[in-house]
Amino acid sequence: MVLNWKIGGVLLGLVFFAAVLLVKPIGVSTQFVILDAIIGDTVSPGLITQTDQGVTSNNAYLAKSGGKYAKSAANPLNYSFIFVLAMMAGAFTSALLRGGVGADERRLPAIWCANYGDTPVKRYAMAFMGGFVVLYGARLAGGCTSGHMMSGTMQTAISGYIFAAAAFAAAIPVAMKLYPQEG
Amino acid sequence: MTTILLAILIGAAFGAVLDRIGATNPNWIIRMLNLTSLHLMKTILLAIGVGSILMFAGQMAGLVDVGHMSVKAVYVGVAIGGLLLGAGWAASGYCPGTGVCAAASGRYDAWFFIIGGLLGAAAYMLSYPFWKATGLLSGSTMTLGAVPGADYPALINLPGDVVGLAMGVLFVIVAFVLPERLAGQGAPVAAQ
Repeated sequence: MVLNWKIGGVLLGLVFFAAVLLVKPIGVSTQFVILDAIIGDTVSPGLITQTDQGVTSNNAYLAKSGGKYAKSAANPLNYSFIFVLAMMAGAFTSALLRGGVGADERRLPAIWCANYGDTPVKRYAMAFMGGFVVLYGARLAGGCTSGHMMSGTMQTAISGYIFAAAAFAAAIPVAMKLYPQEG
Repeated sequence: MTTILLAILIGAAFGAVLDRIGATNPNWIIRMLNLTSLHLMKTILLAIGVGSILMFAGQMAGLVDVGHMSVKAVYVGVAIGGLLLGAGWAASGYCPGTGVCAAASGRYDAWFFIIGGLLGAAAYMLSYPFWKATGLLSGSTMTLGAVPGADYPALINLPGDVVGLAMGVLFVIVAFVLPERLAGQGAPVAAQ
């Protein structure tokens, strides 16, 4: 079961605060680009290049802002990349400690079954397409639910408010249309 | 080395808390977005409020380095990207952070989300010159008030730390005022 919202909210707020107190606000979606760049450079060496001026790339996106994404991909042992790997380890351990996610849920979430029955292939296709659109949108916006919505609004960033308004404006009608049953 | 240690500690704490509040569970995300259970919304609003209050109060007390703030630019692409992310978030029940955490907790669909996400990010990398040429990516950083010690332009001419504190309190109030559900019938899905 999930934590009561008052306890959960305070705990999550403390994590946001610890991040900005000790290092910087939390963000996740950039690391999909970094992993893409690492994979890309492995499959097709030369994507990331070391020059006298530093690390850069023949891809304009990786080369932007002084090649900061190319640099992170050249050295994956950096704060933001390790952060996401640690998130996975933290979630894995937490899920294990509360008894693990049940076999049925792991295969298909209850709300999917309530709306679409036992159709795993359809669900995985939906998750795949959702992931594609989410990350394309996040990179266009320059951040995701973590970087814009949580870290952004917490810092009174105007971009965070605009992002949150746009995300919910699309998410609520899509969820009501696709998932009319509660599950 | 300290930086890596902090990444491990804060990252693990973030992943564990996302798991415990139900954010790594697509059922809870979708129930929030189809408005049948706002429990997770209340959790997130309270978290933003608590984070905001601690950060701005800490800045006022001189305990939190203003230089640790990182405000993103405002441009038209933020709104377009937000709409896209929102649609995919509702369809899949995952966002980037909760997707990787859900995959780690053993959910098969979350791995498909990650593969789709890697391809979506790669597609953006390739289409970046197009977006750049449209001019929709140009803009400037901006905060609500002028944060002392930071050089972000402000939307309104008020001290940013006081405004930030007030916004934090507002988020906490909204978290308490928001009902457990806005759509559907009967008792909300119970939480522990």
